[in-house]
Amino acid sequence: MAIEVRIPTILRNYTDGAKAVNAKGATLEELIGDLESRHPGLKDRLVDESGLRRFVNVYLNDEDVRFLGGLGTPVADGDTVTVLPAVAGGAR
Amino acid sequence: MLTISRELVDKIVAHARADHPDEACGVVAGPAGSDRPERFVPMENAERSPTFYRFDSMEQFRVWREMDDRDEVPVVIYHSHTATEAYPSRTDISYASEPDAHYVLVSTASEEETPFRSYRIVDGVVTEEEVKIVESYG
Repeated sequence: MAIEVRIPTILRNYTDGAKAVNAKGATLEELIGDLESRHPGLKDRLVDESGLRRFVNVYLNDEDVRFLGGLGTPVADGDTVTVLPAVAGGAR
Repeated sequence: MLTISRELVDKIVAHARADHPDEACGVVAGPAGSDRPERFVPMENAERSPTFYRFDSMEQFRVWREMDDRDEVPVVIYHSHTATEAYPSRTDISYASEPDAHYVLVSTASEEETPFRSYRIVDGVVTEEEVKIVESYG
């Protein structure tokens, strides 16, 4: 078993159009590193030097990882990680 | 071109007026591949701000999963500008992340009228499109 990572439309150019890919790792950070090894460029769209990008939402199963442990959140086989770009904007 | 029912336009405008002076936001879901907005889903503006909006992350998760389960997509993503015109700001453009969506902007800056305009925003490029309001999709 592996961890399923669900990819939003706007990032599927990194996954040959796949809506979901498998990855492995003990934490979210390791998982993203594993993704990067097969889908170069994806990591940079998810994280920057300070951690998860502010306008990217990452969920472990049903929870926003910001409420769990951010990049240090433990992940395990059978989990589902969902990436959704935040919907945001405004006049400012 | 965005083709949208008058009932949905009225609902979007009513939401924008109700939340004024804060920005209102939401989506209209429709069957994948149809380009037809059908299901009105007003969202909470987690920022509760007159100059910024952001979908609450947990509400967005639930709504996006519900759309997935129903084989729907966000055909329309709407929000209001409450003191400026209904045109995408630099912020709107930089965060636009659904290349297949119609980005609808309404302005509640004037009390007399509520401009309703629609755009495609792809790779930082804004293209305004015609809005065709219909009584029903027939």
